[in-house]
Amino acid sequence: MISILNKLIPAETNLPWLAKVTMLLILVLLPFILSSYGLSLLTKVLIFGLFAMSLDILVGFTGLVSFNHASFFGVAAYTVGILVNRGFENFWLLLIPGIAIALLLAGLLGLLILRSSGAYFLMITLAFGQMLFALAWKWRSLTGGDDDGLPGIGRPEIGLPISMWNEQNFYFLVLILFIGSFLLIKKVIKSPFGKSIVGTRENELRMQSLGYNTWLIKYISYIIAAGFAALAGILYTYFNGFISPQELDWSMSGYILLMVIIGGAGTLVGPVVGAAVIIILQNLISTYTELWPLFMGLIFILCVLFARDGIVGSLLKLYQKKVGEMK
Amino acid sequence: MKALEIKNISKSYGGLDVLINVYFTLEQGERRAIIGPNGAGKTSLFNIISGIIKPDSGEIYLLGQNVTRLSTYLRSRLGLARTFQRNTLFNNLSILDNVELALHSTKSDSNIKDILRNWGLWDKRKVIVKELSYGEQRQIEILLALVQSPKIIILDEPTAGMSPMETKTITEMIKSLSRDITVLIIEHDMDVVFNLADGISVLHNGQILCEGSPDEIKSNPLVKEVYLGTDH
Repeated sequence: MISILNKLIPAETNLPWLAKVTMLLILVLLPFILSSYGLSLLTKVLIFGLFAMSLDILVGFTGLVSFNHASFFGVAAYTVGILVNRGFENFWLLLIPGIAIALLLAGLLGLLILRSSGAYFLMITLAFGQMLFALAWKWRSLTGGDDDGLPGIGRPEIGLPISMWNEQNFYFLVLILFIGSFLLIKKVIKSPFGKSIVGTRENELRMQSLGYNTWLIKYISYIIAAGFAALAGILYTYFNGFISPQELDWSMSGYILLMVIIGGAGTLVGPVVGAAVIIILQNLISTYTELWPLFMGLIFILCVLFARDGIVGSLLKLYQKKVGEMK
Repeated sequence: MKALEIKNISKSYGGLDVLINVYFTLEQGERRAIIGPNGAGKTSLFNIISGIIKPDSGEIYLLGQNVTRLSTYLRSRLGLARTFQRNTLFNNLSILDNVELALHSTKSDSNIKDILRNWGLWDKRKVIVKELSYGEQRQIEILLALVQSPKIIILDEPTAGMSPMETKTITEMIKSLSRDITVLIIEHDMDVVFNLADGISVLHNGQILCEGSPDEIKSNPLVKEVYLGTDH
């Protein structure tokens, strides 16, 4: 495998930079090539890629496996959906309450949830996530419950003379916000704070002994992750035009966690790749059989058995090995 | 003002008394060793001093401040640094990242390049810590505590598992520390203890058996009986 890589890639090539430019070009050019269905799928990949990236802040970088990440996605989706249906139009202004309510919720939940760790943390996030799911389910007057959900949400009004009902225009709005979020998350990860969350993941006891308030580090990380999940939720509201309590369910959190693990936790790009693999495969397989979760499970098992670092994590290791051998 | 005051610290787990009314004080700049057989409660005492576990009773004063109820990180910010009996490092990060994390915590403006050069680690700075030898990891364990510019450093068996050569290097390094830093050390290697310490406290079955200068401890028949044996 390494010898094939050596032949394909000249030694002096800056692979990460090349990969970034190629990826960007592909994302810009694809809408002009893809069918309407394909473009819709790609838009969904970016939205869920952003959602998975936000979970990666917790799972991959902070070492917290959260099962209520869908709460922030769903709450922001409902907030904006409800406001749109009540006549509020300006997309940029609607981002404020959508994200703010998720941040507030994360601020409150974090106070309770982050007192526990390990399996207890996972269980308590699951419990709070399901409480919010039940609330959305039962509060029919506000959310439409499970019967009707919240239908009829139009496309965003961004204050420019371009229609977001055009799939390409909407895709580029999502792409811009996706890239902006990616760069912002990357900046956070590379900052001293980002290093401190990785340190907390690696060895919390040593971090405390070095003078770091690790509770606060995890708390801030939890809130930041919720903010980006909220942005993904808002974009999904407009994309789907409909929200149901399922968006807050634990299965949604599990679905996103699967993307993070398959793509490669702690790599940031990995969860986006995971989102692409799962969404595309899901659409492909579900045209033949309803048993698509069975195949997802199989992929997950294969990943855990043979590529524990996920797709991107394993490729990165291979690349680093190649670079190491060339030195 | 004393550097560290341990006042009647007791700790028990179920029916087992790990520490019973432990009392001692450390003057600023002092180098004190705590010796005692395995299970005497030495590491529990260190964990209580650094705030990792809470005592059942008693008080701890750090540079005159009662820190008994303070978290580990706040004690660290007051100038307390520690090393662990088992290496407690950021194993999946590079040497550079490990030292950077320690430096950022103190917002120190020390030059990381100079630190790593002085410790002979600059060329290895990008090596992942878990790939280093045990002795090198032990060295980094101490380095992380020292780059915090501590006022008090507590070292839990710093030379455990090291070769005689490495032990000698680490002993000399600790000995060369500025007298502005108060040192409390747990050590089983008596040559290291007698070489480093101004004073020694002997912990036995969770209690301070006796305290004194290295010469006094060497010649104490009770210490010989419970710990040192007849060789020393």
